[in-house]
Amino acid sequence: MILTKPHALTEAKTSFCPGCTHGIVHRLVAEVIDEMGIEGETVGICPVGCSVVSYDYFACDMIEAAHGRAPAVATGVKRSHPDKFVFTYQGDGDLAAIGTCETVHSATRGENITIIFINNTIYGMTGGQMAPTTLPGQVTQTTPYGRDPLVAGYPVRVCEMLSTLMGTAYAERVSVDTPARVRAAKKAIRKGFEIQKNKQGFSIIEVLSTCPTNWGMTPDQALERVRTEMIPYYPLGVYKDITTQEKGDA
Amino acid sequence: MANNKTERVLMKGNEALAEAAIRCGCQCYFGYPITPQSEIAAYMSKHMPKEGRVFLQAESEIAAINMVYGAAASGVRAMTSSSSPGVSLKSEGISYLAGSDLPCLIVNVMRGGPGLGGIQPAQSDYYLATKAGGHGDFSMLVFAPSSVQEMADYAVKAFDEADKWRMPAMILTDGLLGQMMEPVTFKDSYSTPIEKPWACVGHDNKREHNIINSLYLKPQELEDSNIARYKRYELIKEQLPEAETFMTEDADIIVTGYGACARISRNAVIAARAEGIKAGLIRPITLWPFPNKVYREAANTAKAFLDVELSMGQMVDDVRLATECTRPVKFYGRTGGIIPTPNDIFEQIKALAKEVL
Repeated sequence: MILTKPHALTEAKTSFCPGCTHGIVHRLVAEVIDEMGIEGETVGICPVGCSVVSYDYFACDMIEAAHGRAPAVATGVKRSHPDKFVFTYQGDGDLAAIGTCETVHSATRGENITIIFINNTIYGMTGGQMAPTTLPGQVTQTTPYGRDPLVAGYPVRVCEMLSTLMGTAYAERVSVDTPARVRAAKKAIRKGFEIQKNKQGFSIIEVLSTCPTNWGMTPDQALERVRTEMIPYYPLGVYKDITTQEKGDA
Repeated sequence: MANNKTERVLMKGNEALAEAAIRCGCQCYFGYPITPQSEIAAYMSKHMPKEGRVFLQAESEIAAINMVYGAAASGVRAMTSSSSPGVSLKSEGISYLAGSDLPCLIVNVMRGGPGLGGIQPAQSDYYLATKAGGHGDFSMLVFAPSSVQEMADYAVKAFDEADKWRMPAMILTDGLLGQMMEPVTFKDSYSTPIEKPWACVGHDNKREHNIINSLYLKPQELEDSNIARYKRYELIKEQLPEAETFMTEDADIIVTGYGACARISRNAVIAARAEGIKAGLIRPITLWPFPNKVYREAANTAKAFLDVELSMGQMVDDVRLATECTRPVKFYGRTGGIIPTPNDIFEQIKALAKEVL
């Protein structure tokens, strides 16, 4: 087997730090686009965060969005062109803090888009501040004594929250810390795009990711942290899948 | 409506604007409820689905402007409407639209401010529209209709010019024009949207991928993009300024105001003429670009200017700049939703005439 670059990724070198799993997730999204043969009919939307320059990495048409606004921008594109594929690629600060309103309402409208949600429990681009998903006790630039939920509140569990909404068709949390889980993550992303293809509504794939730079860890340590600290707080699995439900939960 | 026949009907200004937008091919309307622009959303929610187009009530003003951004980025004509406090919320999105060179229509049916202000007509967002639509160096096209007919006509013009110059356009109007009823004539055909090869709608494996973006991490690239945009602005300043003049040729006193204030001032000018005061009116129709030339020329013969606004004095700055301070420019404004009568303005003209004539 010869490993080649997916067509849906450009030749550009990414700016991601060593050991960061953004690159893996980019590749998985691109492989799914390739396998479905939809690069020419896909529009990607990347808002502010480490993914902000992804318009240089994905070979489909790309729109940069303001911080937190990608689901609204995606709504504008998708409503104008219901037959095109529209995905957003958002980090935790973007999706679950400044953009929570857009996230929740695009889900509850059943907007027929796919969201790739990178949860690495930190603001990477701005140098490692507390994110809405930062774990209790986690040290960040703005929680130097560890996140104290009594002061800074509790982490947001996005898939759990969105799975309560009627408009959400598919919500799954995956990880890319082992080869088996990378394969499972790709399957989830494919499922999201298939749901969009079948016009079944809103799909979100939350990917537990690493940020070795801002966590102050080696790539190996970072992957180990995903397994020992993140997965226990953010359990992997399918939180909602309307394609397997006998009937809706109305 | 929207049956593309020539029609003359009695309509509210907000409704006429909405109908014209539909007729010139607006594909998407996104908005959030706020007084006094609600008739636009109500009209759109009724008529857009019938035309197979998009009406969507957004969860916030911010979401609405970003939906417009997405629709505009994908190449369709899209609009939103709001009123003053809502337009403040849209500022971020307007900056991104301008920075990404995206055409769209934003309607601001102004109400009094600051803060929550009131719901009565005002013109206190002139600065917001012409000087500070959001962060960064940019301008947007700003049109100020002063009749229900113009609410319709300039909605079309705003879409056309926005498409032509690839930038957001604003209709800056107020609760008075939005909610008053007048006869309006719709033509049987309007301009249609132009080709937008830059749009993000899928490359269909036939071209390189398009990117809509306002991020430039390299300083020189960002400066180059700003310079290119400002070169375009210079062309617009040459080609687009528009103003209506009324009895200005021999006028000693030039009254000036836009939108609702222009309508009232016109009657004051007529009253002044009846009393033997040579008054005239300049009504700017484009607020950005501001019609400087009309003012500069008027300043050659007029002795003084009277700027009338429903604000504490905003456009008056541009009148002073346009006349290069060669003539006194007096300001008269009311706020809070209080609308001056023609007689109030006539009294101001008389007082000014006593000073300078």
